Amino acid sequence: MSSLTSALPPAEGLGPRIARWGLYLILLLFAAYYLLPLLLMVATSFKSPEEIRTGSLLSLPRDLSLDAWSYAWNRACIGADCRGMAPYFLNSVIIVVPAVVISTLMGALNGYALTKWRFRGANIVFAMILFGSFLPSQVILLPMAQTLGVLGLAGTAGGLILVHAVYGLAFTTLFFRNYYVSIPDDLVKAATIDGAGFFQIFTKIMLPLSLPILVVTIIWQFTQIWNDFLFGASFAAGGAQPVTVALNNLVNTTTGVKQYNVDMAAAMIAGLPTLVVYMLAGKYFIRGLTAGSVKG
Amino acid sequence: MATLSINNVRKQYGSVEVLKGIDLSLSDGEFLVLLGPSGCGKSTLLNMIAGLETISAGEIRIDQRVINGVHPKDRDIAMVFQSYALYPNMTVARNIGFSLEMRGQSKPDRETAIRRVAKLLQIEHLLDRKPAQLSGGQRQRVAMGRALVRDPKVFLFDEPLSNLDAKLRVDMRTEIKKLHQRLGTTVVYVTHDQIEAMTLASRIAIMKEGVVQQFAPPQEVYERPANMYVASFIGSPTMNFVRGTLSAEGDRLGIALRRDGGGPGRFLPLHEAPADAGRWLGRDVILGIRPEAITCHDPSVAAGNPALVKVDCRVNVLEPTGADTITYIEMSGQEVVARIKPSDMPVEGQSADFMIDMARANLFDPQTEQRI
Repeated sequence: MSSLTSALPPAEGLGPRIARWGLYLILLLFAAYYLLPLLLMVATSFKSPEEIRTGSLLSLPRDLSLDAWSYAWNRACIGADCRGMAPYFLNSVIIVVPAVVISTLMGALNGYALTKWRFRGANIVFAMILFGSFLPSQVILLPMAQTLGVLGLAGTAGGLILVHAVYGLAFTTLFFRNYYVSIPDDLVKAATIDGAGFFQIFTKIMLPLSLPILVVTIIWQFTQIWNDFLFGASFAAGGAQPVTVALNNLVNTTTGVKQYNVDMAAAMIAGLPTLVVYMLAGKYFIRGLTAGSVKG
Repeated sequence: MATLSINNVRKQYGSVEVLKGIDLSLSDGEFLVLLGPSGCGKSTLLNMIAGLETISAGEIRIDQRVINGVHPKDRDIAMVFQSYALYPNMTVARNIGFSLEMRGQSKPDRETAIRRVAKLLQIEHLLDRKPAQLSGGQRQRVAMGRALVRDPKVFLFDEPLSNLDAKLRVDMRTEIKKLHQRLGTTVVYVTHDQIEAMTLASRIAIMKEGVVQQFAPPQEVYERPANMYVASFIGSPTMNFVRGTLSAEGDRLGIALRRDGGGPGRFLPLHEAPADAGRWLGRDVILGIRPEAITCHDPSVAAGNPALVKVDCRVNVLEPTGADTITYIEMSGQEVVARIKPSDMPVEGQSADFMIDMARANLFDPQTEQRI
């Protein structure tokens, strides 16, 4: 992109220059508009309660205090339980990691089977799976509650893992199916003749070629599942609740003086993992690994 | 090293019949080229030999073993794909050794085999690269290496050269031929390029709409095409088809050409009578003459060869190609292409004397388009 713009003749004259700076100004305003709440949260989380009472909302903290963070992490009361966000953070990790891994791998396997081992009715099966991604999550609450009850998973982390894995399958299948369509069938044919079976082709050829879509899917699924509130609130009982539900409860159960710094720190704790995943994996988004795989 | 026989093989997709009873049989070490336009079923047939498509009816045998129900990996075949189908995530060495890896061969054994093949194809310096870092010709070599490494009974090539540029294509064609001479493995090679077919094949099977039109050595296909389709598919410029009537003039049997207007044209005596000449006497036929069978008249050559018939024709257009000059002439009102030596080049718009080598003439039935 940069080479493309630099190849254009530079803007000359006053008119285009003013227009360009105007554009930058508007972009800056938008960026500020979106960043301000984050700045506010970070700043508030580092302030002491006195400073919040006395100082201005927008001012930066005078001296950085980590008290609110540590309080939110392991002392804040969530309902009657005063162990902080930590156990619920752990709950979320316990739910998110298997749910992301299962739904991503199953989606990859589905996409692989739907594109490279085409069977009669493959398109209908795909259309039905695709339909799942248009279902509003509220629709599945009651049937899923019944299913979890029958399976004996109601109110457990295992139940939530199942809910997220199944609900995510429609999206992950869609991602992988559309990615695998672009991988030439000849690779599978060649591997078949070379003696590789269904799973060997999947693990030794398809998965290694899937890094870009794997990252996209993981980011998508991680964000969806980590940020989920509805399923967590509906299907998890007390101790098994994810961090989002805990955050809500923490903010609602504060008695006496509202501890804004603790609320903000707790919110940051709940939101950080998705940010970290974006920062770590984002660069793979644009990597094309199959370049030159077939012909030049 | 193996024989391959294909007996009455059919392929149906629903109600569409793609292959309508193919019979081919190859002896050990033969180089079969399946030649035809796209959609003629040649790639389908190749995929059926490979085991990538099921066989609707009939049977395919390799070394007398029926392989209809045998998994591709157990057929002892190797295939080179048009797209090369190299595994992009693996190095060249691992690409070549993958089939051995899948068959559970030990790493030292694999490495020896990879070295041997890499040396044969002169790609030893590329073994650590990924396919994306290779040029088209190098990828082609790796694809062949992957097929060679297992020492299969039959090699299958699916238009392996069509992704290369013109010069490289010619080079690789020669290399494939050399390789075949050296290894002597039975080969089935699919292409739509008549030059590839002519240069490589020990026998060509020309296909059209799921039917083999002719199965014969290249020179026979060229000189004695089984029908007008084969005749026009092979050779460039294509064979001339001239309308006429089989008739007798005195004691000589020949073709009386028909003018486009309908009037009688020139009489071209045949060198040898077709098998059932009596049945065809007085009936319309099509005379097929290759452009190089029509040359400028040379009295000293014509005198010694009774098959050469002298005709004078108007020269319409000359197209010099360097080695030959393609000459469009008018013979009894029908346009005919001749291949002339540049030194003999006649003048456009004037008449000149030509001679037709009637020993190389072909006769076709205008209705069925089959050879008479």
